[in-house]
Amino acid sequence: MTSEGVAYERRGAARVIAPVRPRKLAKVPFVELAEDRLQGVVSSGSDVSRVYVSSITAREHGLSCNTNNNRPCGGLSGAYPCNHLRALVEAAVAQYGIDRVARYLRVEPPEEETEIWSVLHPVAAPGRTPEVFSSFLRHLGYLELPPSTDPLPELQWFPAAGVVR
Amino acid sequence: MLADALRARPPGLDEAFALVDGLDDALVHGLARLDDDRAAALDALVGAFSATPLADRVTEAIGKIISGTVTDEHLAVLAGCRLALLGAAHDALLTDLDAALTRTREPHPAAPAPAGGAAGSMASAGGGQLSAGSRSWLRELAIAGWRGVDHELAAGGSPAVQALLGEPSRRRLAVLLDGFAAELRAAAPVATLPRVPVRRWADLWSRALILAQAGRPAEPGSPVDGRPAGSGTLVDGRLLILGADLHEHPTVFRCQVHGLLETAGGVRLVRTSVAAAKVDTISGAAAWRMLSAFPILLAGLAEHRCLEVARMTLTAGGDLIWDETRASAGEPADPFVSARVLLAGAVATSTAPLDRHPSVIAEPVLLEGYTATAEAFDLGGGTVAVETDRLPAAGPLTPELVAGSTACIGLLRFDGGRWAVQPIAVRSTVRKKAVTAHTGDWALGPTDAKAAKTEAVAGTAVDVLRERAGRLLRK
Ligand SMILES: [Zn+2]
Repeated sequence: MTSEGVAYERRGAARVIAPVRPRKLAKVPFVELAEDRLQGVVSSGSDVSRVYVSSITAREHGLSCNTNNNRPCGGLSGAYPCNHLRALVEAAVAQYGIDRVARYLRVEPPEEETEIWSVLHPVAAPGRTPEVFSSFLRHLGYLELPPSTDPLPELQWFPAAGVVR
Repeated sequence: MLADALRARPPGLDEAFALVDGLDDALVHGLARLDDDRAAALDALVGAFSATPLADRVTEAIGKIISGTVTDEHLAVLAGCRLALLGAAHDALLTDLDAALTRTREPHPAAPAPAGGAAGSMASAGGGQLSAGSRSWLRELAIAGWRGVDHELAAGGSPAVQALLGEPSRRRLAVLLDGFAAELRAAAPVATLPRVPVRRWADLWSRALILAQAGRPAEPGSPVDGRPAGSGTLVDGRLLILGADLHEHPTVFRCQVHGLLETAGGVRLVRTSVAAAKVDTISGAAAWRMLSAFPILLAGLAEHRCLEVARMTLTAGGDLIWDETRASAGEPADPFVSARVLLAGAVATSTAPLDRHPSVIAEPVLLEGYTATAEAFDLGGGTVAVETDRLPAAGPLTPELVAGSTACIGLLRFDGGRWAVQPIAVRSTVRKKAVTAHTGDWALGPTDAKAAKTEAVAGTAVDVLRERAGRLLRK
């Protein structure tokens, strides 16, 4: 994988995170694998000021979907996912790759599988809308931080991502 | 000759790395689970430091750690041992490289004695409390070991990082910890990971631990009382750009420019850098958009211009603290011409002692007359590997351009036990046509049609997020 014979274990610049693949953000501005959930924020198709907060728990695959005002999503009925959840999973797979998403949800899709719903066994679950929404706000908060002109020597360990080849 | 120096190893280097590896291996399974072999590897540090001023502290700390007591103070000593060994390796490697390049390097000025009045420039305002959170997470990591990192432990650093991000003077530690934590989260549960980046995580862990010690001076670019805290000198001159090195993790993008600063006193090799916070969905060429606060520097890169600087702070370590209000665009300047005419005679500076480590070496060189492949340059008398992992998507350099190159401005780096060159500019022949490409060419947007299309899609993502942030954060 890397340069001939140089052990991954003894390289300071060993690559750990595969570069995130670019994806369109208008529909799903935020997705993360955190707090034992695949969770994120999905734009409403009809109302620009409304977003849905959707999540799937790892292991149990508990589904939840609510508006940012904590009203239940009309499209989600029990264990049958709404379009927001489908969009969320699609965005997560586009962003992290199916392997990392599957690993996080503790499922093993068959080789060559590009879709994850077939191996999930969803159930209904209570949502954690306020927590996910604050996580989204924290995420957006990075865009508000002032730039820095400090030399930041530790960034030598973090070369900018190469083209996904 | 350069090829010989790149092949040679300074005496003692292997021994120093062997000691570091022993320490690093102990962190894989955690200090709470030291078997006899790993305890012996740690104990070897006691012998290695026996004739140094650190001897007593190392003996005590290692003894306590082996017997099962792991305190912040013991861990600081452990990180200090690593820092000393790798700092010495850095010095030995760079001394040999300087000799081969006939490069003059100024010694680092002795640190001024801490005066009572300097308290204002210490990152102390609430810093003690902020660092304590980081230290306790770093201690938990060391005790559990990388193999013990699960999702919960990986996420455990988040509160500390968020608190640090809110304090501009602690940005350096915040940026490091945020990148480190993101890797641990991506890798968790590490118990099932096929391979662990042992050296890398020990590097990041120990540097974070050193930065989290109380009473560190503020970083040079961070404002103290409204002015940069930098203890450097103010310089006037002309910055001739050699090239840009790009750094990135999920929440940061940084452009570090290597250049030659022409002043009345001569020509110096300097770096200047600008970094912006970002999120993981912003990557590749679109990340340049996050640096829009620095139009003069970006134009210098994209348009190959020199930059006039007036009364800008230059640190003792050779970092020019970039300030757009003290800069203006100058004449067109070809980095290859600047390198050919001035690089050989430029004076280099020395990295601050606590920052020294082989991985921070990024020494600009002009290479010509070699035989290239995408993986290595044959310099005649020896080959040097090409750092193919360091050709960023945010710039036009590709393995094909590198393989077809006849001249290269590169950064010499030492990692994984060998020297390698990271090209930051190449002159190549592609299908019998001469092509020149520099890492910073896309600073104002890609000049290549395909890349411009990708950038436009990703750039829309930046706009979408900014719009959301505006709507949600300020309502
Ligand atoms: Zn829904």
